[in-house]
Amino acid sequence: MSMIAAFQEVYRGFMSLLTGMRITLGQFLKPNITVQYPRQTLPMPARFRGHIELTLDPETGKSLCTACKLCERACPSECIAVDGAKLEGQKTKSVTEYLLNFTTCSLCGACIEACPFDAIQFSKVYNVVSLSRDDFSRMDMVKQLAERRQVWAQTQPPPAAGTAAAPAIVPQPQDPKTP
Amino acid sequence: MLDYFLTGPGQAFTRLIIYLVAFLAFVGLNAAYLVLAERKGAGWFQRRPGPNEVGPAGLLQPIVDGVKLIVKQTIVPPGTDGLLFRLAPAIMLVPAFMCLATIPYAESVYGRSINVGLLMVFSFGSISVFAIMLGGWASRNKYAVISAARIVSQNIAYEIPMLLVVITMLMVTGTMNLQEIVGQQAGGFWHWNILKGIWTLTNPLMPMTFVIFFICMLAETNRAPFDMAEAESELIAGAFTEYAGFSWGLFFMGEYANIVVSCSVGTILFLGGWQSPIGVLSGGAWGLLWFFAKMYLLIFIVIWIRWTFPRTQFYGLLNLSWKILIPVSLFTLMLTGALLRLPLLLHQLF
Repeated sequence: MSMIAAFQEVYRGFMSLLTGMRITLGQFLKPNITVQYPRQTLPMPARFRGHIELTLDPETGKSLCTACKLCERACPSECIAVDGAKLEGQKTKSVTEYLLNFTTCSLCGACIEACPFDAIQFSKVYNVVSLSRDDFSRMDMVKQLAERRQVWAQTQPPPAAGTAAAPAIVPQPQDPKTP
Repeated sequence: MLDYFLTGPGQAFTRLIIYLVAFLAFVGLNAAYLVLAERKGAGWFQRRPGPNEVGPAGLLQPIVDGVKLIVKQTIVPPGTDGLLFRLAPAIMLVPAFMCLATIPYAESVYGRSINVGLLMVFSFGSISVFAIMLGGWASRNKYAVISAARIVSQNIAYEIPMLLVVITMLMVTGTMNLQEIVGQQAGGFWHWNILKGIWTLTNPLMPMTFVIFFICMLAETNRAPFDMAEAESELIAGAFTEYAGFSWGLFFMGEYANIVVSCSVGTILFLGGWQSPIGVLSGGAWGLLWFFAKMYLLIFIVIWIRWTFPRTQFYGLLNLSWKILIPVSLFTLMLTGALLRLPLLLHQLF
């Protein structure tokens, strides 16, 4: 009996080898899934947490932020500095300065949860790199929003005649050395 | 003058030159591009593209690799046996090169038809293990010596079932001339030795014999999962640890040439050599096409196996040979002998 069992074991072992080879051949015939990174990039998943950024209202191209500073207060690392001003013909304040100190940010998301207007969101930027530490200790989100607005403006039809052009929020030029 | 070399007594000389040049080129290019095929295969089995930067789809990669190997210095470490150290890569390559001389690639394409071709292939084939052993011994490196000891016991273990299988084939074919062996398998794939034994009742276990041959071939050429000589995770690079530059490259050229020889012998013994699988479309250049199609199919299976199975343990390797392959191949040998003699015996009795 043990001899038959030995033959069965050899047979089963050989068949398991064939199974393994069938599986690898199946993988061989599937298309490869390599992303040639510097030349190709994957879209980031919806819940990816990059640094926070001001949400761009797709209707108006402006920020939804009213400079209520709830995010500033919610931040456990105290890495957000918001300033706002009441612009002409507007009922609420608008954000004029939104500085993020990314060197101390832990991406906890408390600011986003605290925001009553959904005015800030996680960005999809993952390859943040710079030669200067200052580029991260004072990330100007208003400026970044203005850059994104330019991209957004190219995809938008021009404002219909008669509607007043949105008052532009021009970030104040600042000396990066002073906090 | 030209007549002397083309049709006159100098013809043998011309044939020799053509053979040498053609086969040196074939062995070199084949080794280079099999390395690329191996890396591409590794990629595709893991759903990567493999090397794809140098040239279109990475096709110039072997050339660049070759240039890199040639310009590198061959370092002979102090304290090594200089002569053996330098000689070992050549000993690795030469036997494979000798074997290629007698293999019939097509009806009229062969280096030399030798009556004992099969014997010659296996006698030269067993020398390549000698090269790895000498290289490992001469390196004065503990990993290399361990590798050399391993490779010897591995080859002794697998030479036995290999030769038992070959003796089985010899009993069936009745000749050692490779060209004649191929000639016997004419007329469709059911006439090939791997299937012929089933319906002529000479050896119904012939497909199993082929599997044993293939496993032994993997072990003899030190291919994964039996790559004990170059077990990089345990022995750095085994016997090749101290080799650099082109002497290292020669070992790999020899390894790939050995794979080509083994797959060619497998094709000739079991898969009908240059015979067409469907009976028609044979002869001339078709023969060359069929032969290389079958041979490279076997080489693809070798690559496929390498990227499927992890390296076996050394005990597992020896157990497989001594406990399974040798008894089974002995059994098929005896069965074949009995079945070949049975008609004669019946004829005498009745």
